[in-house]
Amino acid sequence: MNTQEIKLPSRIESVDAAAEAADDFAKKCGCGDECVYALDLAIRESVANAVKHGNKFDETKEVEISFEEFDNVIEIRVRDFGTGFSVADVPDPTDPENLLKSNGRGILFMNSFMDEVKWENPPGGGLRVKMRKKL
Amino acid sequence: MSDITITERQAGDVTILDLDGKVTIGEGSVALRTAIRRVLGEGKNKILLNLGGVGYIDSSGIGELVSSFTAVNKEGGTLKLLNLTQKIQDLLAITKLLTVFDVYEDEAAALASYN
Repeated sequence: MNTQEIKLPSRIESVDAAAEAADDFAKKCGCGDECVYALDLAIRESVANAVKHGNKFDETKEVEISFEEFDNVIEIRVRDFGTGFSVADVPDPTDPENLLKSNGRGILFMNSFMDEVKWENPPGGGLRVKMRKKL
Repeated sequence: MSDITITERQAGDVTILDLDGKVTIGEGSVALRTAIRRVLGEGKNKILLNLGGVGYIDSSGIGELVSSFTAVNKEGGTLKLLNLTQKIQDLLAITKLLTVFDVYEDEAAALASYN
């Protein structure tokens, strides 16, 4: 079983840093190109959400990321320390009235490219998204 | 160094922006926004975005394409897309934005469509 944990500051540059770590982890686990791309996109969107909407660029708050590989599955967890939000309240970006909005598509991409996406409110506050991808 | 290079060409009254690199949150999206504003500021409102060199785009980049589209429309112009990679095409399909953008695989056909 492979595992890795990293903590990153709440700034946009952390999106690239998280994606690099995900790419390295995925390749170490033997992911193919399609799987690497899916993980890269999913972690970029989840870390961007954590930095922008969760921690609201507050650099005193970190983004905690963990990667785990078990039973031919890669699991990524991304946690922020914000006030949380209800994913169900996020407008559907494919609804015709939302098509021309400039944001709100990150969760759609995470759901589209990962096999499983779950949102949790961990003890201690914030929001954690747990995403799984079969190898 | 920026993750994206944007080169401007002129074909008649159509401005072609050749994008090369990544359009992602941060510099890539900002560079696209800046280029579109600059071109609109010069009074050019027929814009063709050549995405053939864009190897990667995220939801922020897709959002910037939408913002560019609406900004150009507001100026009475038209923004069209050229040479989508398979990945970008997939993302535009997932987001149902293929129904919004006018998309071309051939530059000559794209330019002819402005007339």
